[in-house]
Amino acid sequence: MGPAHRRRTHVPGRTPVHRAPAHLKLLALLGFMLVVVATPRTAYPAFAAYAAVLVALIVVARVPLGFLLPRMLVEVPFVVFAVLLPFIATGPTTTFLGLTVSEPGLEAAAALLIKATIGVAASLTLAATTEPHELLAGLGRLRLPHEMVQIMAFMIRYVDVVADEMHRMRIARESRGFRGSSIRQWGVLGRTASALFIRSYERGERVHLAMMSRGHDPSGGRS
Amino acid sequence: MADPSPSTYSRQVHVPDGFLDASTSVATGAAAVAGLALALRGARRELDDRTAPMAGLVAAFVFATQMINFPVGAGTSGHLLGGVLAAVLVGPWTAVLCISTVLLVQCLLFADGGITALGTNITLMGLVGVGVGWLVLRLIKAVLPDRLASVTPAAALAALVSVPAAALAFTGLYAVGGEAPIPLGSLATAMVGWHTVIGLGEAVITGLVVSAVLAVRPDLVYGARSALTARTLELRPSKRAAA
Repeated sequence: MGPAHRRRTHVPGRTPVHRAPAHLKLLALLGFMLVVVATPRTAYPAFAAYAAVLVALIVVARVPLGFLLPRMLVEVPFVVFAVLLPFIATGPTTTFLGLTVSEPGLEAAAALLIKATIGVAASLTLAATTEPHELLAGLGRLRLPHEMVQIMAFMIRYVDVVADEMHRMRIARESRGFRGSSIRQWGVLGRTASALFIRSYERGERVHLAMMSRGHDPSGGRS
Repeated sequence: MADPSPSTYSRQVHVPDGFLDASTSVATGAAAVAGLALALRGARRELDDRTAPMAGLVAAFVFATQMINFPVGAGTSGHLLGGVLAAVLVGPWTAVLCISTVLLVQCLLFADGGITALGTNITLMGLVGVGVGWLVLRLIKAVLPDRLASVTPAAALAALVSVPAAALAFTGLYAVGGEAPIPLGSLATAMVGWHTVIGLGEAVITGLVVSAVLAVRPDLVYGARSALTARTLELRPSKRAAA
């Protein structure tokens, strides 16, 4: 947490993938993933083709593997689930690596792993090649309601400020000898979260007042 | 962006791409769009023209708070999901917007939750999680006396119910559009059982945070507004002055 762990979501670059308009990239990601999800689970040649397209895109966009691979760990919980799937699913059984497992379960587990991995890699490629503010503009062009885009913009703009505030509170706690190791410390952590909420809320009020005093129109130019 | 490292990122599991079939994903996407449209209208009533900065900051708060590890012992820890907490603090409609924004950012910037499963995740954690939690909160508050002291237990119970309710809704979606044949009875038992354990943690954390905010800034707690307006000015002359 905190500054040491603050990692980029974006890899600067001037490749064709970087320069493509954000709303087209978002639509392409959604369309591509809908096709991937709708593909029957044993159509392995199709999955190989999707993966090839994706790898080609990653190579063209010059997204380093050192950026991609650590961030792909978000799918680990589902790898665990996929490993369990052949054992809990029903249907005809088959032998795999000397174990008796459900055949549809095994197929579904493989398909889940393939589809989720393609999804994570494709989403990370979009994030890596699109700056957050471009992403917001793209969402706006895709008719995400103006207010929703604004909420997301404020969240992205202030999330580091709030996370840093939390990090400073943690340093303060620990410099006073706090060590979170058991359930007995939940009270302290709960009060930390409450202080963080009050500070975030009050910051929101200050931001709003500052905007209004500079002549901000909350309707965003629409009346 | 504050990117939580994977070790601290043991947060609630978001549905990835390929877990539910395409037609179920599209249907939950439509449900999410309709729910968000309602929430945008409702949030304007809760926050008027402050909606964007306030909901944005609360979303950032939820995102950051989800990174606090609450130690359970034996090296494991849990963390807050925050749906009911946000609903009690800023109101249910704003909470739906905040949770949905968090899910959108997690999906688009961190690939946490698939883009085709975004509607599913918003429906489960935003609409069902916050909605059920808010209904339970209203029910309990109708039974308990309208006092500040009632808000914390009501919030905790609402959080306790909301987590397994979302898990049950997930089981329902899986029954319609699941990609692997899992016996539904055992899936429902496992999901609800495990999420009741998570819900217990959620209830304790939600109660702790709500009671701590109530102690210092009760005026910021949306769920306490009726109790605050019912409160009358109370004179407490000091005994020493009277003597």
